[in-house]
Amino acid sequence: MRWLARQRAFLDFTLLSLWRRKGKNAALILAYALVVFLVASVMFAVRALRTEAANVLAGTPELIVQRMLAGRHETVPESYVATVKAIRGVSRVTPRLWGYYFNRAAGATYTVMAPAGFAHGHGEIVVGPGVARTWLSPVDGQYLFRTVAGDSAGFVPVEALPEDTELVSGDLILMSGADFRRVFGLPEGFYTDLAVSVPNERELETVTEKIQRALPDTRPIQRRELLRTYAAVFDWRGGYVIVLLSGAGLAFFIFAWDRATGLSAEERREIGVLKALGWDTADVLSMKLWEGLTISLTAFLLGLIAAYVHVFLAGAGLFAQALKGWSVLAPRLDLTPAIDPTELLSLFFLTVAPYAVITLIPAWRAATTDPDAVMRG
Amino acid sequence: MIRLDHVTKVFNPGRPNEYAALHGVSLDIEAGKVTVLRGPSGSGKTTLLSLIGCMARPSSGRIFVEEREITSLPERFLADIRRRTFGFVFQSFNLVSGLSVLENVVLPAAPLGEPPAVVRRQARAILDRLRLGPKAAQSVELLSGGEKQRAAIARALINSPRLIIADEPTAQLDSELSLELMAIVGDLKAEGRTCLIASHDSLVFRHPVVDRVVAVRDGRIVEAGADVC
Repeated sequence: MRWLARQRAFLDFTLLSLWRRKGKNAALILAYALVVFLVASVMFAVRALRTEAANVLAGTPELIVQRMLAGRHETVPESYVATVKAIRGVSRVTPRLWGYYFNRAAGATYTVMAPAGFAHGHGEIVVGPGVARTWLSPVDGQYLFRTVAGDSAGFVPVEALPEDTELVSGDLILMSGADFRRVFGLPEGFYTDLAVSVPNERELETVTEKIQRALPDTRPIQRRELLRTYAAVFDWRGGYVIVLLSGAGLAFFIFAWDRATGLSAEERREIGVLKALGWDTADVLSMKLWEGLTISLTAFLLGLIAAYVHVFLAGAGLFAQALKGWSVLAPRLDLTPAIDPTELLSLFFLTVAPYAVITLIPAWRAATTDPDAVMRG
Repeated sequence: MIRLDHVTKVFNPGRPNEYAALHGVSLDIEAGKVTVLRGPSGSGKTTLLSLIGCMARPSSGRIFVEEREITSLPERFLADIRRRTFGFVFQSFNLVSGLSVLENVVLPAAPLGEPPAVVRRQARAILDRLRLGPKAAQSVELLSGGEKQRAAIARALINSPRLIIADEPTAQLDSELSLELMAIVGDLKAEGRTCLIASHDSLVFRHPVVDRVVAVRDGRIVEAGADVC
């Protein structure tokens, strides 16, 4: 109880001291909070994008089989479907038709797919939210494609994909298989790749090996590899943004170091007075620790709350483009709050702890001197 | 109550600016009496007060507080003695600016860990006694010189010390306020507290409340001063 009462008394004095220098301390807290805000915003956004991608990809097949020729992606003959399906552990094999279409007028590349059970008819398409936003000048309500034969093919958009899947469907155009083959000149009996369902997760490795043995020119890609790729891309983008922001962080830490390691004559005199009045070195350090913690915790919480609002309520406007990609079709999406406690803890220890500790250095120097010397000096 | 035995204090030893402030001083301060250290500026009075008040350590010699030698005690123990035994009144008051009178007065009590409400009640009682009750919430910058001095005394009394150490307490006061201060010293003496005052103000060392005047010059005691009462 006595210890608590002492700490309360030190904290009271600390708060009064901070209030006395409110202008200087407010500036410090704001600068500090800004750095926390920037780093936390990137952290929140990257984590949310990774979670978003993981959620969306959760519905995709466990395995995708591509055919390779001279190290490049090649179309898969229909006969491969039966070969893969014959492997024990495989429950379903779906041959897929998909590719990329570059629209010169929009300056953007779109993903075109022909899903197996496409519900619409010939000449009709379903478009992702990003397509509707970016495809320029539809003619008579039709999207015009230039086929590989050089002629134009018009498609009527009959449905839009939901916005909550925009991260992976923003640039997506769905059409019938026949239309797809016409636009891209893909002959019957060939597909882009195969989607393979393996219900038992533990059999995935074995199935992958068997496919490679049976069809040596194929490359099976597991869903978790796709997830890893997405994670790596967002991590890389996050890292890039953090590098850009590190200048601001460095400037702050120089400022904070200067502020925290140098005591003004007034502060040194005060420490001398406190010691003369019966405070010992540990008391002074407790008070300074409270001061450092008050400043850094306030700044940390302010920065964190601002980052939360910025990322999850305001769509990470400051650097959404950099994190989601610079494409014309950068997805527009409301990020669902997803926070990793470990990352939060790391940010806490990287920001709060160093400041709280460096404030102790000059205080320790002043507090270990005889109060008489401090007061005369 | 306090005994100094051949105490010497050298500042910056071994450096070009080495300076001996005290030379083998031996002195006894009796409990319950008012002792004044008299001498001109630079005579060593403040250094003597610092050593007695455990704010600095002697270069040689020994110091006893209530029969306990404090010369080589660790800093933590010295701080404990400072807050439980001594109350300090500084020449320039050394009130912490930006804080109220009450907040200044409770500062020495913080390390004791007493319940804040109790400490504040005590502080208010002392302020009332020194006629500063109405100014308790006021910032110390707004006090007059005499009020600052009384606030400093209130702060010195918060931990109920047995010895009050005052360094040139009238240096910034006019005669009237100086007399008022000496009246307070008289009250403290009446309560049984020991007072040790460094001053070159004749109004102080000739005041009837003073029991003993010790003359200090060039770091030496030139007149130990018999008990004047």
